[in-house]
Amino acid sequence: MSAIVKLLHAMLSSFKDLIPIILVVSFFEIFVLHQAPAELGSILIGLVFIVLGLTFFVFGLEMGLFPIGESLAEALARKGSVFWLVIFSFSLGFGTTLAEPALTAVANEAAQVAANTGAIEANKLAMNSYAMGLRITVAISVGLAILLGVIRILKGWPIHYIIIGGYVVVMILTSFAPANIIGIAYDSGGVTTSTITVPLVTALGVGLASVIKGRNPMLDGFGLIAFASLSPMIFVLIYGMVFLN
Amino acid sequence: MFNELIGTLLLTARDVIPIAVILFGFQLGVLKRPVTQWRKVLLGFVYVIIGLTFFLVGLQLALFPIGESMANQLTTSEFLHPDGSKAPFIWQDYFWVYVFAAAIGFSTTIAEPSLIAVAIKANQVSAGTIGIQGLRISVALGVAIGITLGCFRIVVGDPIHYYIMAGYVIVVIQTFYAPKMIVPLAYDSGGVTTSTVTVPLVAALGLGLATNVEGRNPLIDGFGLITFASLFPMITVMGYAQIVDYLSKRKAIKE
Repeated sequence: MSAIVKLLHAMLSSFKDLIPIILVVSFFEIFVLHQAPAELGSILIGLVFIVLGLTFFVFGLEMGLFPIGESLAEALARKGSVFWLVIFSFSLGFGTTLAEPALTAVANEAAQVAANTGAIEANKLAMNSYAMGLRITVAISVGLAILLGVIRILKGWPIHYIIIGGYVVVMILTSFAPANIIGIAYDSGGVTTSTITVPLVTALGVGLASVIKGRNPMLDGFGLIAFASLSPMIFVLIYGMVFLN
Repeated sequence: MFNELIGTLLLTARDVIPIAVILFGFQLGVLKRPVTQWRKVLLGFVYVIIGLTFFLVGLQLALFPIGESMANQLTTSEFLHPDGSKAPFIWQDYFWVYVFAAAIGFSTTIAEPSLIAVAIKANQVSAGTIGIQGLRISVALGVAIGITLGCFRIVVGDPIHYYIMAGYVIVVIQTFYAPKMIVPLAYDSGGVTTSTVTVPLVAALGLGLATNVEGRNPLIDGFGLITFASLFPMITVMGYAQIVDYLSKRKAIKE
C-alpha cells in the first residue's frame, strides 16, 4: 500500500515539473495566438509518457544508482589509493554523462539539424554516428573534468585560475572552430550537468573534501560541477574542428 | 509507436550499461565488498531504463513539437503583420517571442525543486541576509533574461560568442566585488537550475526560431539558448547579493 502511495506521490511531483510549461503554452495559444498546437493528440500522449518516464527514472535512481554510487564515491575517497580514485573519477564522469537524458535528446536533435542542413549525410546511420560521436566526446570531456577536479582537490589548487584559463581556451578555440559547431559546443556545457551526474559527482567531491583536512566540502563539491560544465565546450569545439571542417 | 518504444528501450539499455558496469565493477573488484540489497539495486536500474525510455519517447512526442510549433506560430507573417503589410520584418516585430521566452524561463525556474533546496541552504549559510524568495526570484529572472536575450540574438543573427564573452567579463568583474560567500552559489545556480524538462523545450524553441526567421541557419543560430540560460543567473544572483549588501551597509551608516 505504501509503495502505491509513494508511486503516486512521485508521479505528482513529476507532473509539477510540467505544470509551468503547460500553463504558459496554453495561455499563449488561447489568448495570444488563438489556435491549438499542431498534433494536440500526440502531444498529450507524450506528456503522459514524460510524467510516467520521469517517475520511474527518479524512483529507479533513488533505489539503485544513487545509494550505490554515493557509498562507493565516499568509500573510495576514504580508501586513500590515488590510482583507483583517479580511474574512478574518470569512469564516473564518463558513465553518468552517457546516460544523461537531456544530452541524448539534444544530441539527436543536433544530428537531425546537421542532416537537414547538409552538414552530414541525411541517413539514419550518419545521424546516429554523429549524435553518438557528440555524446562520447562530451562524456570523455566530463570524465577528464572530474579527474582534473579531483586532482585539484588533492593538491589544493585555487579554482578560479583554472576556470578563467578554461574560458580563455574556449574563446581562442571559438575563433578557429567552424561556425556550425559553436552553438552546440556552448550548449553542451549546460546540458551535461543534470539529473544523474550532479548528485553522484557532488557526493564524490564532498566525500573527498571531508576526508582531507582544511577543505571546505561546499566549495570543493561545487568545483567539480563547474569543471564539468566547462570542459565539454572545449572538447566539442575540437570535435567540430576535426570532423566538420 | 510500439516499435519506437522497443527501439528506444534497447538504445537506453545500451546507454545505462556503462555506468552499471562501472559501479558494480568498482564495488566488487576494487572495494571487494558485496552489494547490499542487490535485488533492490538491480530493480532500480531496470526502473531507470524503463523511465528513460518513456521520457525520451515523450520528449519526441510532446516537448520538441511544442517548442517547434510555438516558434512556428509566433513567427508566421500573418501573426507578425496582422494588417497584411509587406514591410520587411524588424526585430521589434518579434515582441511576443521575447515575452514567451521570458515567461517560459521564469516559470519553469521558479518552480524548480532543486532551486528551492539551494535557496534554503543559502539562507542558512548567510545567516538570513540572503532571502529564500529573493534568491529564487533572482535566479528565475536570470534564466528569463538569458533566454529572452538568446532569442533576440537568433532573431538578429549576431555571433553567439560576442554575447557570451561579454557575459563572462561581467561575471569576472562581479566576482571581485560581490560578497565572497555568494560566489560559489552564484556559479552553481547557472548550470543546475535548467531542469531535464526545460532543456529540450528551450532547445526546440531555439531551433524552431532559427528555422522560421528568414536568413537564419538552424545549425549556426539555433543552438545557444541553454548557455544563455546558465550564464545570466550568475550575474543576477551576484547582483542580488550586491544590492542586499549595499542596502544593509547604507542602513548601518544611517543608524
